[in-house]
Amino acid sequence: MSATCDVLVLGGGGAGCSAALHLARRGARVALFERGKVGSQASGVNYGGVRQNGRHPAELPIARRSREIWARLAELVGTDAEFDATGHLKLARNAAEEAELASYMQIARAHELPLELIGGNRLRERWPWLGPSVVAGAFAPQDGAANPRLLAPALARAAREAGAEINEDTPVTELSREGGRFVVRARGRTWSAPVALNCMGYWGGEIAARFGEPVPVAPLAPNMLVSEPIPYFLGPNLGVVGGDVYLRQIRRGNVIFGGGRGSCDPSVPWARPLPEAAAAAMARAVELVPCLAGVQVIRSWSGIDGEMPDGLPVIGPSRTTPGLIHAFGFSGHGFMLGPGIGAVLAELVLDGRTDIPLDPFRIDRFALGRRA
Amino acid sequence: MRVAVVGGGPAGTRAVEVLVRAGYRPLWLEEAAAHGGRIYQRPFAATALGGDRYGPDSAKAAAIHALGDRLRAASDWRAETLVWNLRPGLIDTFRAGRLETEQADRVILCTGAMDRIVPLPGWTLPGVFALGGAQIALKVHGVAIGARVAFIGTGPLLWLVAAQYLAAGISVALVLDTTPFSTKARAAAGLLAAPSTFARGLALLARLRLAGVRVIEGGTPVSIEGTEAVAAVRVRDRAGRELTLACDAVGLGFGLKPESQLADLASVPFRFEPAQRNWVPEHDASGRTPVGGVYVAGDGAGIAGAVAAELAGARAAWAAIEDSGGAVAAEEVARLDRAIARLKGFRCALDRAFPYPAWLAARTPDSTILCRCEAIAAGALRKAAEAGHVAGGADELNRAKAFTRIGMGRCQGRLCGPPAAEILAEALGRSVAEIGRLRSQPPVKPLPILPEAPR
Amino acid sequence: MRLVRCAGADRPRLRFTLDGAPAEALAGDALLTAILTNAGHVRQSEFGDGLRAGFCWMGACQDCVVWVEGVGRVRACTTPVAPGMVVRRA
Repeated sequence: MSATCDVLVLGGGGAGCSAALHLARRGARVALFERGKVGSQASGVNYGGVRQNGRHPAELPIARRSREIWARLAELVGTDAEFDATGHLKLARNAAEEAELASYMQIARAHELPLELIGGNRLRERWPWLGPSVVAGAFAPQDGAANPRLLAPALARAAREAGAEINEDTPVTELSREGGRFVVRARGRTWSAPVALNCMGYWGGEIAARFGEPVPVAPLAPNMLVSEPIPYFLGPNLGVVGGDVYLRQIRRGNVIFGGGRGSCDPSVPWARPLPEAAAAAMARAVELVPCLAGVQVIRSWSGIDGEMPDGLPVIGPSRTTPGLIHAFGFSGHGFMLGPGIGAVLAELVLDGRTDIPLDPFRIDRFALGRRA
Repeated sequence: MRVAVVGGGPAGTRAVEVLVRAGYRPLWLEEAAAHGGRIYQRPFAATALGGDRYGPDSAKAAAIHALGDRLRAASDWRAETLVWNLRPGLIDTFRAGRLETEQADRVILCTGAMDRIVPLPGWTLPGVFALGGAQIALKVHGVAIGARVAFIGTGPLLWLVAAQYLAAGISVALVLDTTPFSTKARAAAGLLAAPSTFARGLALLARLRLAGVRVIEGGTPVSIEGTEAVAAVRVRDRAGRELTLACDAVGLGFGLKPESQLADLASVPFRFEPAQRNWVPEHDASGRTPVGGVYVAGDGAGIAGAVAAELAGARAAWAAIEDSGGAVAAEEVARLDRAIARLKGFRCALDRAFPYPAWLAARTPDSTILCRCEAIAAGALRKAAEAGHVAGGADELNRAKAFTRIGMGRCQGRLCGPPAAEILAEALGRSVAEIGRLRSQPPVKPLPILPEAPR
Repeated sequence: MRLVRCAGADRPRLRFTLDGAPAEALAGDALLTAILTNAGHVRQSEFGDGLRAGFCWMGACQDCVVWVEGVGRVRACTTPVAPGMVVRRA
């Protein structure tokens, strides 16, 4: 049984499912392949931050594009995935960190990102629960958080409704290029298309290598924890300069926090949180928000993301193979970008171009080049 | 060889005994202040609560207590120590407000069991307790859960606890067993494999009936009524007649389920046991799991009772010794194997005699709280199973958890897991085994956020 | 609801504080016993479905969590009450 498609989407995370949705809505015949359930890797296990604040300036255009989609997600897919624009407060715990916050203000202004630099006293007037080590903060009112467990599944369902074929429990093990088309074989069936989107997260590196453009993507296992529900008090999504801890409270009362790394084996795939990382994250969280001491952690988890050496993803056309477009390696901060990436990929496929500058994300920016 | 035994109940105690006699000094970890587990749980106060706490099991309890007291000195005994995570070769503990990590080459998990429930409207009201919990309250803490108690569920524990409450002078408003008499009668031949236990069971029933306790077999619990506390239960008898009975407490329980989160974290695969309708960690008759260095024994490996637990604990210890190249007492191992095998027949009959009422769980009303930690009703689970659900429809239990928050509370799905599986299976027209089980995540019990990382 | 004492009523009394009010229990009581012989609930559900008073009595269900000053969160059913304990219900 053979299906002729316009686009094969490899990987069912936020980016892949968003691409399938945007493409299908514009009439393209799309087949998506996901080894497990959609959104079960990095897209589903991350912190849930919907954040522009503090991003590398190269990512700000795509983050803004994605933020526009987040604002109308309910209209787009029937659920807002619990997106809550709580604002993001990035904290400095010493003078050097404060200087970093201050210097980012210029970048924010250049990209029209609303951002307010706030000194220690005013910070505590506004958010009295902040610990004494906090000296300054940068508050981005447009930012917030959402429920990572819901995003990719909701995008996938909407994509299906728009006519995309979403194949879960279908690892891409037989992928070939035949006569100018990409061919996937699985479960006794065949799909082919002139375009393939590599949205396979950490495993995107395997696809890239297979097509002669290997990149140094490394597995990244976030270390996440969640507390029991406590009375709601912590409004903004909190982060710190350096990113060694991040925490937020959902309206139901649970505090989600993370920092450091878990352990993983992408060949299985298998990922587990680590007690050492958990203990360190707990200590840093209490330093920022002292009243969390003694609150119970009820669950922890990890997953597998793909990390690039410069912290920027690989996005853009293959340098070796016409029709192959990459979007992977989001280095721990791809969740909020997923919806926007999908829109951009659809533009690249259907219009041959996009307004978003993609040069910083080119696949051949690494020294490896074409060395086998 | 550093071997650790997790759990100080009958299985853990016998495992430590075998290890100590063979010359090892095992690390013995127990969450409570004293060993004894649940069935032989000791009260906090040294001053005895008096009376016949363990009933006909008194001799066994005394033996385990005395044995454990001796073994504490010969082992590396750690009381009040929660094992919250396992990693290859490592055991993560929480003790006296500190996180610690122990190293062990082999670990024998003797983590016991807990009550299994079917949710009913009103089951979160003050005054509703698990059946086993009602027993612990009475036997260990010297308190009855109420002055007039209704017992609802199935299983031998239902009859035992009701009789214990009666003997303590508490008014028993009702004993409702969802299992009909005929089902029990059919299993009777198998139950006779343990004649004294069987006779005891019959005597309990007789005592209750003689005392005029209302007994319903093959009945259906409908709801627990009350505003701030239990005031009554509504039930239907076998003929479908509805009754409302005043009471101020309910003991609710439908058999037991293994506490097996640590085995799960150790990556031990699980299998579904249809006879008990429980997921159990995979293991062979010796207690070895497919994961090298990890052994399971006692109810934490599958419900088999306290006598079987003692045998299994000893047997698993011998397996660990053998796997470490130690000398094995072949005759003792053979004796244990035979004793374990002999008990199987009775256990199978008991499982047949008191099946978990999957039918009742599957039809939990939409508005009834299913996940009591998160206050999520059964209807939310059914909605999540629909293909039209915004997230596309959950077809297995962990997905359903992600979409509904069922199982995301403090108890991590311990209570809601089994009924949730029944509801989801029915909604999807699939078997409970296909629906899967909730994956364990560390910590297996809540840990406090600590201000300082351990050095 | 109230728990009913059936045995060991002759143990020494002790005083503790429950939500700021003085209360009494017996030496060796579980904290859950101490609370539910003085009051009818152990906490309020965070999600508006009313009062809770524990469930499993064996530290598994986590329904009976309370705050003990100087100690933190504890499961009342597996924690012995101590003289002078200051207990807060959520």
